[in-house]
Amino acid sequence: MSWGTPQGGRIAIEEKMRIEDPQMPPGQDPIVDAIAAQRRRQTTRFRLIVAITWVIMVALIVGGLFAAGKIDLEFLGKWWTYILTGMWLTIGIAASSIAVAVVFALVGAIGRLSGNPVVYGLASFYVSLVRGTPLIVQILFIFLALPQIWKGFAGIPVIVLGVFALAFNYGAYMTEVFRAGIQAVPRGQLEAAAALGMTDRLRMTRIVLPQAIRIVIPAIGNEFIAMIKDSALVSYMGVQELLWRAQRIGQSNFRTLETLLLAALVYWALTIVFSIIQDRLEKRMAQSDVRI
Amino acid sequence: MTTATADLRDAYATPGRLVPPGSEPIVRLLGLQKWFGANHVLRGCTLEVYPRETICLIGRSGSGKSTLLRCANFLEEPTKGVVEIAGITVEADPLGSRSRSHREQIRQIRLSAQMVFQEFNLFPHMRVIDNLIEAPIRVKGVPRDQAIATAEKYLDKVGMPEKRDEWPARLSGGQKQRVAIARALTMEPEVLLFDEPTSALDPELVGEVLKVMSELAHEGATMIVVTHEMAFASEAADRVYYIDEGVFVEAGPPDQVLGAPQDERTQRFLKRLLDKV
Repeated sequence: MSWGTPQGGRIAIEEKMRIEDPQMPPGQDPIVDAIAAQRRRQTTRFRLIVAITWVIMVALIVGGLFAAGKIDLEFLGKWWTYILTGMWLTIGIAASSIAVAVVFALVGAIGRLSGNPVVYGLASFYVSLVRGTPLIVQILFIFLALPQIWKGFAGIPVIVLGVFALAFNYGAYMTEVFRAGIQAVPRGQLEAAAALGMTDRLRMTRIVLPQAIRIVIPAIGNEFIAMIKDSALVSYMGVQELLWRAQRIGQSNFRTLETLLLAALVYWALTIVFSIIQDRLEKRMAQSDVRI
Repeated sequence: MTTATADLRDAYATPGRLVPPGSEPIVRLLGLQKWFGANHVLRGCTLEVYPRETICLIGRSGSGKSTLLRCANFLEEPTKGVVEIAGITVEADPLGSRSRSHREQIRQIRLSAQMVFQEFNLFPHMRVIDNLIEAPIRVKGVPRDQAIATAEKYLDKVGMPEKRDEWPARLSGGQKQRVAIARALTMEPEVLLFDEPTSALDPELVGEVLKVMSELAHEGATMIVVTHEMAFASEAADRVYYIDEGVFVEAGPPDQVLGAPQDERTQRFLKRLLDKV
């Protein structure tokens, strides 16, 4: 028959599905490499197109601005070092604010988990108040309104007020992160510590917090990156960080486009760099022997 | 039944093989009851353990055997009853459980009765040796070098001296449980409480843990063991208690309870276990 016998068809299928002889020395089927190679090609191609898209977007914006003759490079050349110096202050403010915020958050989280109604009340009040009002209002309040209550505030360096304002705000948000981190420590850990006769304080400081901090480190990294951007808000207080310098030079020379563009690019670069660092840190922690 | 439980005596308690003559019970659980909400999990359990005895608690899951053990060191606050361990007597006080003196007494009980958990509960952020010396140093105030010496002694005992500086995450389940036993021993307690110590282990790892426990039992450690390992119970226990729906229905030497159970519930339980094998 022209379409072949059923018998012949079956043999052909069996031939195709033939399982390798188990006696053969263990080696890889070439199809495995072929699949891996195809995956790699697809990934490379995807990334390449993403990169091209980015380059085109940057070229469009920058090229467009230059083509329209809107960018004064000579002006930027004169002032870029002054503006960029503010970058170090920005990083410093973000880092110290996060450090202080971690303390606020730790105290807040322990308060939120406390069995003492006064302590719990204070902690939940703090979180609610801070999360319920805009950060810029809090900053202006500390900078402008508090000196009205007590003149001494006017004597405190603005950078200290700025760090406090940011830390106070972030501390409230991070309180919830820390609380979740503490609660993520398995119950068995608490029971083991209790069974060993540890007091509540020892349990918390020696067993729970060290594990909770490992759990929340990635979250702290995220908060730090967000903080780099939010630190721009303390320019309202006159802290001479990146944005403050960009605005001052831009406004006094009627060249805000150039200076803000530069500031934006620096913030952007900072977040990218710290995201990469954060990523590495997280990967290294994931490989660590100290598992939760 | 009211709190007048002090007269209760464990009808089954007859001092075991290794008990020094004339000893008084070192553990007394008198009329322990536990309610979880409206659920009456323990309905009055009385248990006396003499020094150097090994006691096994057996029963179906949900029978209350783990709850009883956890009430003994107040990981669960019993609703009624009295716990007396190594001369410290604490009465169940579910309403006043937060008072300072009550909590301190409970802590003293825990120092005398160390618990080994089903899930090991080693501290993952500390190396093996630090797991062992943490509580002796910070809770008992033992000097560091002395704590380390004690810890090494017990790591030897459970056959794990070479894992001294290892992280818990790099140990097998059986090794983790042996470290957990060493951690309990390093506290040098009067009594060891084992809460299903082999139930979370892969079958091939059960043996190494039971071997350590059996050695301890024969050397005269005082142990209360909640277990499903009937071979261990028959080999190592002085008495076996069968608990069902929160009460002891049968107790006695293992050959009697496991070999010739009188109560129909015990018979059914053991038959089901045997059928599974």
